[in-house]
Formats: sequence, structure tokens, C-alpha cells
Amino acid sequence: MNKQRRQFLEKTLSTACGVGMLGAALLIHSRSSSALPAQAIRPPGALAEEDFLGACIRCGLCVRDCPYDILKLAQAGEDTPIGTPYFTARTAACEMCDDIPCVPACPTGALSHDLTDIEQARMGLAVMIDQEACIAFLGLRCEVCFNICPVRGKAISITRRHNVRSGQHALFIPVVHSEACTGCGKCEQACILEKAAIKVLPTHLAQGQLGEHYRLGWREKQKAGEALVTPDQMHEYNLPEGMHYDHAGEGLMMDDSVDDTPFSSNPLDTLKRGQDTLRSDKP
Amino acid sequence: MHDKTRPGQEAIEIKGWWRAHQWLLLRRLSQAMILLLFLSGPWWGIWIFKGNLSASLLLDTVPMTDPYLLLQILLTQHLPEMLGGVGAVLVLGFYLLVGGRMYCSWVCPLNVVTDSAAWLRNRLDLKSSWRLSRSIRYWLLGLTLLLTLLTGTLVWESLNPVSLLHRGVLFGMGIGWLVILGIFLFDVLIMRHGWCGHLCPVGAFYSLLGRVTPLRISTTQRAACNDCLDCFRVCPEPQVITAALKDKQHQPLIDESQCTNCGRCIDVCSQDVFALSLKKTSQIDN
Repeated sequence: MNKQRRQFLEKTLSTACGVGMLGAALLIHSRSSSALPAQAIRPPGALAEEDFLGACIRCGLCVRDCPYDILKLAQAGEDTPIGTPYFTARTAACEMCDDIPCVPACPTGALSHDLTDIEQARMGLAVMIDQEACIAFLGLRCEVCFNICPVRGKAISITRRHNVRSGQHALFIPVVHSEACTGCGKCEQACILEKAAIKVLPTHLAQGQLGEHYRLGWREKQKAGEALVTPDQMHEYNLPEGMHYDHAGEGLMMDDSVDDTPFSSNPLDTLKRGQDTLRSDKP
Repeated sequence: MHDKTRPGQEAIEIKGWWRAHQWLLLRRLSQAMILLLFLSGPWWGIWIFKGNLSASLLLDTVPMTDPYLLLQILLTQHLPEMLGGVGAVLVLGFYLLVGGRMYCSWVCPLNVVTDSAAWLRNRLDLKSSWRLSRSIRYWLLGLTLLLTLLTGTLVWESLNPVSLLHRGVLFGMGIGWLVILGIFLFDVLIMRHGWCGHLCPVGAFYSLLGRVTPLRISTTQRAACNDCLDCFRVCPEPQVITAALKDKQHQPLIDESQCTNCGRCIDVCSQDVFALSLKKTSQIDN
């Protein structure tokens, strides 16, 4: 092998080796800095995070066209991948403009231009994350998240539940519905607590998934219009006279019409009945 | 006696300070104006350029996109919107016309940093420097494209100091100043013209666009050269000068895609050897 050729090969090899090592370092750096923190929410229409990081050109045109200035480009040293747009719901949530100006501003389609109806946006999913702190679970009336929700009544509804503590009141529990929640973050921003009990999370963190093999019998039954298997025999209880069993409701019931009660003739005994059980229900 | 740490002294004495700095001043003006046209929006609500150098919208109508970035996006197998594509074609056409590396010397904000570093290095008369092939930037260019293809994300953008600086000035820098300071110190203390002249893959990409431009520095007056070497001292890519200036067989034209058309050689030459000219006319002169 002549000298020139040897020199050329040596040089090429050392350059390739150096560049390769640099590439590995760059790869590790970019890998470790490409995870989106849970509280950073992408603008409406953003592609799935993996695709978004390949499509977003980091120009900030969406930031400039947001009329409420809620979007920011991640700066060096922040957890969000550098230069990419995001907002923090607790600080300033998406106002859900009808014309979604940030989306057509995107020159690369990292914010998909297919999104034209803001109610179809899925920036994340609100989750009632701390039931211990939410005052609705303590039996207090609040419903601020329900009332501020831009998809009012559909994305968050109020479900009434029995207040076991007082035994005589209702809890007005906010429940999020994933089929309508856009992840705008208004509920998190408005939550009256020191730290929000309801938070918008990336959908992949917020949502569980039922195994694909699950079939919900009652839905299948409804779809088919009849039971798909041999119908269950109605179970018959051997109950004392004057009692019956309510299968889809309260359970064991006493017939009102029966006069012959199994209770003492002293009315006070009847009035105090059940008090002990109620007491023991208290925490 | 000729002071090596102050290239251009002779030109100042003969041509006067202004003529010995005219291209430098024009360049600084261009860099400042471009930054200002981007900043006038967020500062005073006058939107001329919106976005940043990666992609922008001029007067809310004309899109401009960095073709190097658009290429990377294509490599992630994402098809960009019309807006981004048209913008890239416009920018591509412009730099094919004026010479790709005009971007480096007239537009790129990092140029001010590395020019300052080179100036300081000259003044301090620092001689020791790493020796690296100037073609390493093409390897790095290939590397960024390869990694983009393999990972499906814009890997290079997580570090790119060019976009980091421009975006940082417009949208907030964070601790990005450290990267810029690092490049400044690297250029001053470790390697002469280290970043722009050896490593930067963005410059490498734009230099590839510099092959067809008619706008070039000519050396038609090269007979007047008095061998002061000031042009070599200020030039960020001095290897491009040699042949056009000293080789009598070579046409009197710096027809090299690595030349940034910065015009600093025109400034510092007391003998007016260099001139910015169109390729065709200088060839006719030849």
C-alpha cells in the first residue's frame, strides 16, 4: 500500500470515528431532552409527540398568532424540547378560539391543518386527580371546573353521590368525559385550590385501556336486541313473607302493604332502628 | 512596521477609515436590520418579519423557510404544508442567486459572535490552534441528516446554536447563552475560525448552494498585490483566496462555494485588489 493511500485512509478513518462519536453524543443528548413534561401542553392540532418533534420547525409562528399570548417556545434549560411550543394550563389555559389561529400559522403542519373545529382538539385530557383535596368530595359545593368548561356539560358533568359522612347530603362530583374533553386546561386554571385537584395530562398518561378481548354483555345484548347466550334464570330467594328482592336496584325490600311487621309493639324501638348501624358507618 | 494584530491598518491609512470598513459596516447593518425587522413586532407591534430564521412570514404574506430544516423535516417522513414548502423554494432560489454562504456573513446572528472571536484572536496574537480539516463540516452535515432519518426527529435542532441564538433573542434565551459563550471561547482560545470555518453544518449546507451564483469576489487587480497578507488574516475561509490571488494560471475570481462573500478582503486591501463582481463580466475581463 503506497504512502498517500495509507495517509488518506488513516485520515478518513479518524474523521469518521470522531464524527461518529460526536453523533452518538448528539443522539444521547437529543434523546434525553425529547421527553415532554406532563404539565407542558402542546397547541391544538399538534401531531402525536413523536411525529411532532419531527415536523415542528421551531419557528414560533403559532406563538405569534395566539391572540391571548398563552403559547411559549421552550428555552434552553427547560424540560420541554428546546424551541417547541407549549402552554401551561395552570398559568394560562387555551382559550379555544373558534378560528384556531395558531393552526393555519404553522408552516409545516406540525399542528395539523385538518383541525377546523376546536371542539375536536385533543390537547390532553383533564383528570380529577386528587379526590382527597377536591372540595366537592368533601361535600362542599364548588363546580367551578364544571361551570368554566368551554364544552360545558359535555366534557365535565356533575354526578350526585350519597354523602356517607353526613348521611343526609349529596356530593356534587365533577366527572370528566374523554369523548368531549379538548384538554384546553380551563378547569385546571380555574380550580380554586392552592394546587389544582383537576389537571390536564397528556392523553397517554391520563387514559387507561380495556383489554381488546373484553365484550360488555349488556351492550352486546342491546346491539343484538336479545341475549346472546342462554338467558340467566331469574334467581329466586326463599324470603320471609312480605319481603322481595329488587334485582336492578335497592336489593332486599320489604313490601309496604304488609301489616304484619316483625317489629316490637313499642314504637320507640322502631324509631331507633338502624341508628347503631348508621353510627358504625361513620369513619 | 506592519502590525499583524491589526490587519487593515494600511488600508485605513491609504483609503480612509470608512472605505476600509464599508463592507463590514454594510454587513453589520444587514445583520442588525434583519434582527430589527423580526423584533419590531414583539417590541412595537409592527409586524414585518414574523417567526424566526427557521421559518417566517414577511408582512403576513410571503413565507420563508430554512431549506436545510425543511430537508430534515422531509427526512422524518413528514410532508410539510404548502406554506413551508413555498417558503423553502423562495429561500433556496435567493441563495442560489447570491451565493449560499451570504447567509453566513450577512444574515446569521452567530456571525457577529465568531467575527468578534476572530478579531480578539488577532488582537491577542494567539497562535496555537487545533488543526482540523475544513471538510469536517460536510461530515457533520451528513451526520445531522443521517440521525434525522434514523430517529424521525429533528435531532440537530436540539443543539443548533444558529437557530438557538436567533430564536433565543426573539423568544427567550434561557441558559442558551452558555452555548453561545462556549462557541466564542472555542473560537478565541481553542481553534481559529473553529465554528463557522470548520464545524457548522448549517454553513456547510448553504455552501452547497454556492456553486452556481454569479455574485463573486474578483481579483482582477491582483498584479497590484503587495503581499501584506491582511486579506488572509481577516478572511474566515482564507484557503479560498490563494489560487485566485497568487496562481497566474487561475482565473482572477474567487469561485469557491466556501467563500461567504463577506467582502472584508475588499475592505482591508490597501491596493484595491478585490472587488465584488458578477462572474460573467469578470470572465470577459479575463
